Amino acid sequence: MKLQQVSVFLENRPGRLGQPVEALAAEGIGILTLSLADTADFGILRLIVRDPEQAKAVLERAGCVVGLTEVVAVAVRHRPGGLAEALSVTEAAGLDIEYLYALAAGDGDRAILVIRFADPDRAITVLHDAGRQVIDAEELVRLID
Amino acid sequence: MLRELWNDAEGGFHPASAPDFLPEPALHEVQLRRLRAVVTRAYDNVELFRTRMRERDLTPASIQSLDDLAQLPFTVKADLRDTYPFGLFASPMSDVVRLHASSGTTGKPIVVAYTREDVEVWSEVMARTLACCGLHRGDIVQNAYGYGLFTGGLGAHYGAEALGATVIPISGGNTDRQVTLMRDFGATAICCTPSYFMHLVERAAELGVDLRELPLRVGVFGAEPWSDGMRAHAEAAAGIKAHDIYGLSEIVGPGVGIECSEQHGLHIFEDHFYPEVIDPETGEVLPDGAEGELVLTTLSKKAMPMIRYRTRDITSLISEPCPCGRTIRRMRRIGRRSDDMFIIRGVNVFPSQVEAALLQVEGTLPHYQIILTREGGLDQMTVEVEVTAEVFSDRVRGMEDVRNRIVQAIDHILGIRVGLRLVEPRTIERSQGKAKRVIDRREA
Repeated sequence: MKLQQVSVFLENRPGRLGQPVEALAAEGIGILTLSLADTADFGILRLIVRDPEQAKAVLERAGCVVGLTEVVAVAVRHRPGGLAEALSVTEAAGLDIEYLYALAAGDGDRAILVIRFADPDRAITVLHDAGRQVIDAEELVRLID
Repeated sequence: MLRELWNDAEGGFHPASAPDFLPEPALHEVQLRRLRAVVTRAYDNVELFRTRMRERDLTPASIQSLDDLAQLPFTVKADLRDTYPFGLFASPMSDVVRLHASSGTTGKPIVVAYTREDVEVWSEVMARTLACCGLHRGDIVQNAYGYGLFTGGLGAHYGAEALGATVIPISGGNTDRQVTLMRDFGATAICCTPSYFMHLVERAAELGVDLRELPLRVGVFGAEPWSDGMRAHAEAAAGIKAHDIYGLSEIVGPGVGIECSEQHGLHIFEDHFYPEVIDPETGEVLPDGAEGELVLTTLSKKAMPMIRYRTRDITSLISEPCPCGRTIRRMRRIGRRSDDMFIIRGVNVFPSQVEAALLQVEGTLPHYQIILTREGGLDQMTVEVEVTAEVFSDRVRGMEDVRNRIVQAIDHILGIRVGLRLVEPRTIERSQGKAKRVIDRREA
């Protein structure tokens, strides 16, 4: 049920973001969604792609330092309150969120939250118990296309 | 044996400096006599030395001439580490009146010891050092070398006192106070590292004090390499004559060599410290004028005699007569070392120490580089480390954690808080042979 997110270490200087992005483009690898965390000294680029293992190999060949991280994708209603509602579930259960980002589903009704939890397995159990829709990799592709 | 020193009101040379001018035959006679005595002393009392001599079928009687020294085994820094703390002593502790220590490459200090006579010899060579810089009784010496386990502070202090000068034992740091007292006490000489002096000059200017208007006329600068460019800058900025001083704790501390007024090579007090220059690869002794690694033998030390100690400093010996009249030979200013060691803020640093810290944190040795810069007169050290898959964390806090652990590991080993920059793979230049670990951008 968990997604594999691709993370890339970036130095904080011009051109560094372009390098992994171009490497993926050259191999025809599409990015479903992405997030970029920054500090004064470095950045971490986080990517959701169709084939994380392939993307990792391509990026490593291009000289990047790459990691794979388990994240959880949750569907929420794409209207005001959709995010707040989902977070109330996780907060009530005391789930620790490291970071999150989002994308819209193709149908316009739903949005997808991509969340890194400190304890992803427990998070999935909590979300299921609360009747929330946890999205796996195949469903994600279907929802976006 | 304490020497009597008195004010040299007539000009000319200070009486303490008499041995500097020994005619060569007399100098060689003193050296040979002392060499035979110290080899005997080391052989009788220092197990490591005796073992090595026996392995070579040598005894103290093998020394019949100064050239015979070349047969003897070398001593290296690792020997001090391996025998830590007191394994190279030739005197019982009850005869040792002083211990000093400096940081070793793995965090274990290098320990050195002095009997009462050793302290007197040290004071004598330091007095000769300061006299060589034109100082005498009546001079006011501001000693900004650090006091404590470091040999610089007490070494300069005892030398200035033996000379009969007035010592200000101010030690290092607190630059504002250094400037104030320099002005208020009318210091005529200062002893410190050259980079600290430049920092002091800048700070003095900020405080509205022009060192050129003060009685200060002599600087005795050492503990790190510095160029002719820096000398010119220091002399112009402060209206002083800046002398390069050389020494190392393993031999005695400061007081091994000093520039005279010619400022063309450092006279070595070779009646106490016998110099050789060797090929660092083969160990072969090179003739005067050829460049190689400086090897020193202490001719007078009792507590911890050092026979053929490899200093890892690169220089050549100058046997041409010096216009100052001294017969003790000069060596060229030390510009570089035979290993990778560099000096920052007066602290010796080996890249291997940084490597040890990286290994501790990462488990593997990533590509790294050390960048040295100077900002506001103070040395800065930045370590660039390539991020590897092993340490890459998807969490910002995880990466910052890695950074902090590396900084702390380096601080633990070196006592320096470095700047750390995490960089992408393959940003640090690869080399064919020995990796260029250190990029020194400090303006010489």
